[in-house]
Amino acid sequence: MDFEFIRGNVPLYVEAAGITLRISFLGILLSTVIGLLCSLVKVFKIPVLGFVVNCYIEISRNTPLLIQLFFLYFGLPKLGIVLSSEGCAITGLAFLGGSYMAEAFRTGIEQVPKIQTETGLSLGLTKWQVFLHIILPQAIATSVPVFCANIIFLIKETSVFSAVALADLMFVAKDLIGIYYKTDEALFMLVTAYLMILLPISLLCSWVERRVRYAEFGNSSAVPGK
Amino acid sequence: MQNLGIQVLFQGNNFLRLCGGLWQSLQIAVISMVLSIVLGMILGIVMTSPKKLVRFLCRIYLEIVRIMPQLVLLFLVYFGAAKHLNINLPGSWAAVIVFTFWGAAEMGDLVRSALQSIPVHQYQSGFGLGMTKLQVYRYVIIPQTVRRLLPSVMNLLTRMIKTTSLVVLIGVIEVVKVGKQIIDSSRYTVPDAALWVYGVIFIMYFAICYPFSRAAAMLDKKIKD
Repeated sequence: MDFEFIRGNVPLYVEAAGITLRISFLGILLSTVIGLLCSLVKVFKIPVLGFVVNCYIEISRNTPLLIQLFFLYFGLPKLGIVLSSEGCAITGLAFLGGSYMAEAFRTGIEQVPKIQTETGLSLGLTKWQVFLHIILPQAIATSVPVFCANIIFLIKETSVFSAVALADLMFVAKDLIGIYYKTDEALFMLVTAYLMILLPISLLCSWVERRVRYAEFGNSSAVPGK
Repeated sequence: MQNLGIQVLFQGNNFLRLCGGLWQSLQIAVISMVLSIVLGMILGIVMTSPKKLVRFLCRIYLEIVRIMPQLVLLFLVYFGAAKHLNINLPGSWAAVIVFTFWGAAEMGDLVRSALQSIPVHQYQSGFGLGMTKLQVYRYVIIPQTVRRLLPSVMNLLTRMIKTTSLVVLIGVIEVVKVGKQIIDSSRYTVPDAALWVYGVIFIMYFAICYPFSRAAAMLDKKIKD
């Protein structure tokens, strides 16, 4: 292991990690927004939009991100839609993540027993009030674990962006292997970089998960024997 | 309307070549899946072991697999094997090793949670009837877990098929690579081939994964009702 080489190339990796993080952040933000909108459409059963959202979710969940990216990056320019590597990466991540987030939020919302909606309505709350004050707080608590798992999943998926010429961590590692034949050092730094990004997030997620467990108190599904 | 070059799909045996490429990825997915199911079953049983150390080691293995992107693992095996073991591992072998390593961990976790969802009295009654440990698992526990596992195993299979698209990045000749070859060879005659070729690959993946995820959703619903 050539530590001099490793030290010399740390800035390259830091820069690449910055790109990975930026893309992940924007992509996850967008997919959360898309996911929220889609899950609302599904929960309120809006006629035509519901069908569109269903199609979108099935398509995005049943195709690999790499193929989606290739289509965006190489296919779409032929139709006159040209995206930069970064635009392509963010669009791809948001397209993939949106459906996963939508499913997470939807199961969260549907997990709240129906009787609570009915009770709220019979107390004279409007539909919107019931959703905002009764359903949403409980739904958030139950969908947080899946939401966290999705964040980690999406950050992991960013590793394929090197295929559309985005200079992320994978790209830098491949470059170093190709130019200097320093396979060990390049791979070692690659693994370390991903560990440094994902381990804290993973730990944070399990902490958040433990915190929101308290919200399950009194929820019928958490009561033993029922 | 301008001709976007759909004819490229029907020139020569282009479409068959794409299917052949897809078959290559599917083979990797199926072999890894079978190995993962077998190893995952064993791992899942090991994970329910009462020994703390064993559980801790399994946990670490699972966390490593969960945290590392599959592509990084592929690079580690593919380039690492060439450098340290001095063997020129074919890309598809590296892929099978990595996907089995990953799939076994995921499968193990599924098996573990399925095993733990079986009420304790099922084990106890089995032992009470004088069955050996092996018999309890063979006749009482495993038949019940398999039913609960089926939907999640199918979901894992679609994930496995989707993940095998990564192997093109370590140089396996599969559907994306074949697609690139077709695009490159018709660069001058059909400049817009990329749209159709990648579009068709997109649809192919969807056509394979969709039935499995549909079936998984239906089975899941059936078990819950």
